[in-house]
Amino acid sequence: MSRVDRSRLPIPGPAGAFVFPRIERLRLSNGLEVRVISHRSVPVASMVLLVPGGSASDDTDRPGLVSLLADLLDEGSRGMSALDVSDRIARMGGDLDVDVNHDSTIVGLTTLDRFLEPGLSLVHEISTAPNLTDADFARVRQLRLERLRQLRDHPGALADRSFAKVVYQTHPYAQPGYGTAESLSAITVGEVRTCHARMFQPDGATLVLAADRPASQLLAAAEAAFGGWANDRTVTPFPRDRGRLDPPRVPATRLGLVSRPGSAQSELRIGHVAASRSTPDYHAIILLNAVLGGQFVSRLNMNLREDKGYTYGVRTGFDLRRGMGPFVLQTSVGSDVTVPALRESLRELTEIRGERPVTADELALAQSSVALGYPRGFETVQQVARSMAQLALHELPDSYFEDFVPKLLAVTLDEVNGAAKRYLDPERMTAVVVGDPATIGDAIGDLGLGAPVPVIPPI
Amino acid sequence: MQIPYTKKTLGNGLDVIVHEDHQLPMVAVNLWYHVGSKNERPGRTGFAHLFEHLMFEGSKHHDSGYFEPLQRAGGLLNGSTNTDRTNYWEVVPTGALELALFMESDRMGFLLPALTEDKFTNQRDVVLNERRQNYENRPYGLAGVALAAALFPPDHPYHWITIGDPDDLRAASLDDVRTFFETYYHPGNASLTLAGNIETARALDLAERYFGEIPRGPAPPPVTAGIPITAERSLLLEDRVELPRLYLSWHSPAMFHVGDADLDLGADVLAHGKTSRLYKRLVYDRRVAADVSAYQHSRELSGVFQVACTAAAGVSLPVLEEAITEAIHEMAASGPTADELERAQAQTEAQFVYRLQTVGGFGGKSDQLNAYNVFNGNPGFFDDDLARYRSVTPASMAAAIGRWLVGQPRVALSLVPRGQQQLALAGSTEVAVS
Repeated sequence: MSRVDRSRLPIPGPAGAFVFPRIERLRLSNGLEVRVISHRSVPVASMVLLVPGGSASDDTDRPGLVSLLADLLDEGSRGMSALDVSDRIARMGGDLDVDVNHDSTIVGLTTLDRFLEPGLSLVHEISTAPNLTDADFARVRQLRLERLRQLRDHPGALADRSFAKVVYQTHPYAQPGYGTAESLSAITVGEVRTCHARMFQPDGATLVLAADRPASQLLAAAEAAFGGWANDRTVTPFPRDRGRLDPPRVPATRLGLVSRPGSAQSELRIGHVAASRSTPDYHAIILLNAVLGGQFVSRLNMNLREDKGYTYGVRTGFDLRRGMGPFVLQTSVGSDVTVPALRESLRELTEIRGERPVTADELALAQSSVALGYPRGFETVQQVARSMAQLALHELPDSYFEDFVPKLLAVTLDEVNGAAKRYLDPERMTAVVVGDPATIGDAIGDLGLGAPVPVIPPI
Repeated sequence: MQIPYTKKTLGNGLDVIVHEDHQLPMVAVNLWYHVGSKNERPGRTGFAHLFEHLMFEGSKHHDSGYFEPLQRAGGLLNGSTNTDRTNYWEVVPTGALELALFMESDRMGFLLPALTEDKFTNQRDVVLNERRQNYENRPYGLAGVALAAALFPPDHPYHWITIGDPDDLRAASLDDVRTFFETYYHPGNASLTLAGNIETARALDLAERYFGEIPRGPAPPPVTAGIPITAERSLLLEDRVELPRLYLSWHSPAMFHVGDADLDLGADVLAHGKTSRLYKRLVYDRRVAADVSAYQHSRELSGVFQVACTAAAGVSLPVLEEAITEAIHEMAASGPTADELERAQAQTEAQFVYRLQTVGGFGGKSDQLNAYNVFNGNPGFFDDDLARYRSVTPASMAAAIGRWLVGQPRVALSLVPRGQQQLALAGSTEVAVS
């Protein structure tokens, strides 16, 4: 066997072919959209019911209502108690996940394939006819209040909540989805029941199913379980898309400080309102973010971690929602290097728009990294089901998966640098710091963001 | 159910395991070194993990960042360290397999020539940040440090946690890096698995080609373990938290030993899901707890069985201690019901199936093959492992709980909000943890 030539790295061969899974659809007579994918896998099935409306749907004085309702779904249904539901899921080896996002709520269940039908029945029962009893409500609310108390000690939670409050102010995306002590205490079980009746309707909802079975079988199973779900036309329509309201143009402050005396690290968030998922520059934004802070070899991570040693890691992201989502940089840095870490971060966010635009090589790296790795997202049925649900939420075409790589590779250097100018705006950047003011020092006032303004996180 | 594989040991002692799965056009490269924080010495704790960081900073024939060429090729990669082993993995498009093998073999064979004081200092700072972020700055984050120190005497390799002591990290030097590399990072102390879209014969050829030239190193010195604690200890730790939490920890069987599977399922019966005994009693019915968890953490040298329970507001920890002790005594006396055992076994069996879904990454098939190979010498242990859980009976579970958790010395740690020591178990001794 020949020895390895170690004078240069092997050049990767061409990418292998990958056929993206095909989506089959059916619209039930009650309006429920069904989408299925027949996916080769071990005998596991994954299902997701996506209901429009999430934490942005909460009234201003009731943050946490949708999320509290979501928490109560698996507390029993149709003669089953909370313990019965838990027992049934366990016996299927099931993994139930009820998740409230800003714009949508999903009830997801993954089970062994042989429990696909009972799994669908269970998702149907808990989603359409949860008990929502007084006693369960009181217990679950109490648990949430306790968890909320614990969040007061979590620097990350304090930073996220403060950032959303400062950047979005009175916009629905400012609201903490989990609720506040004040709102959770005010919510009544009647409000939860009304919220359920208005929100959980087949019309507008999507059921997604991925398993190693023929698509026709999956569609039939979905219809058998959900075909009898009826719309309730007597209720007031639910505000499904409040996130699309116009966000504020400028942040409430440029530099927010959450005081945490003795904090071992400073938790940082920097960003602003940026874009919605429907932006035509979606692929350029993904690449811009990869270069800036979206992967290990990004500018920010190489600077703050690998060069300066300020942090265990830093990342950026465009959280693209139905409405205008934020761009956010997040990291945790040593308290004593808070100011230099902020300065370096702001410098990177500014220079990529002018002085040091994205280079051809950076773009090529980002493109090949994202494009060649793309098939990894289609390994498990959960991944496939979750991705399909995202297409439904954002009204993207069924050809989305196969179109993704060609569109990503078609992005030009001008387009990425144009996106940097349009979607990053140093003049509107807000920084939020959760840390010890005494250690951070007064130089924090010299960053060009003005003097730090105390922020009380909504909890 | 199993993960089909072929295993071959190269002339230099490197175990190579190959598993074919052609679903994605990707190959998982997974490399285990049989070294972890248990191989460190007092005064240099945290070193195995710090060393793992240095493995990403370049080697002789690629003396710059490890991530860039692999990310450019569409790869995903990471590494991790625990008490018993260090693992490194890449999931790459099939066309980039040779690149990944080049990189992995270069840092196995040629790390030291590329090592500099600058890289070392930088990564030590990164690790100190990691420690502050994930331990000091995280509520309840230092409990694990206090528990490990109390359960195991200072001369036991599990006395310290993997992230190590900050002073030890600051004391570490480049010489320590060289010695550590020469002692533990060589083919005879490693296991390589390639899984995914690759033919077995070609995979074995490539492994030989890239790793075959690296010389076999000396057998690492054996790890000696002191005697674990012999008397009950009640400790108290104040932290920046709102609700107090009680940790009860016992010594338990090592990985794959008699009683390990019984205690694993026993932990589920006690605290997994709403129908579990402790959740139902403490959180659901009596509402004196905000959460409860239990697990059997089995490792190479010995295991730890732990119950952790966070009190509801206004509840003091003795209330929880009594209920937990009572539930454990009941389980030892009468075992689980047939229903409880069946439920726990169904969940475990499903977890085994779920584990077959991914080829790479932490916990994927390549990682499992290496785990079974390194800890058991048999990559094909998947089925036997599942059989351990299937063969648990109510009587065997009761016996294991009686043997390990009843009347045995335990560590009770009361982690309380600052200034609220009255919530702790009576007679607890305050400990200092940094």
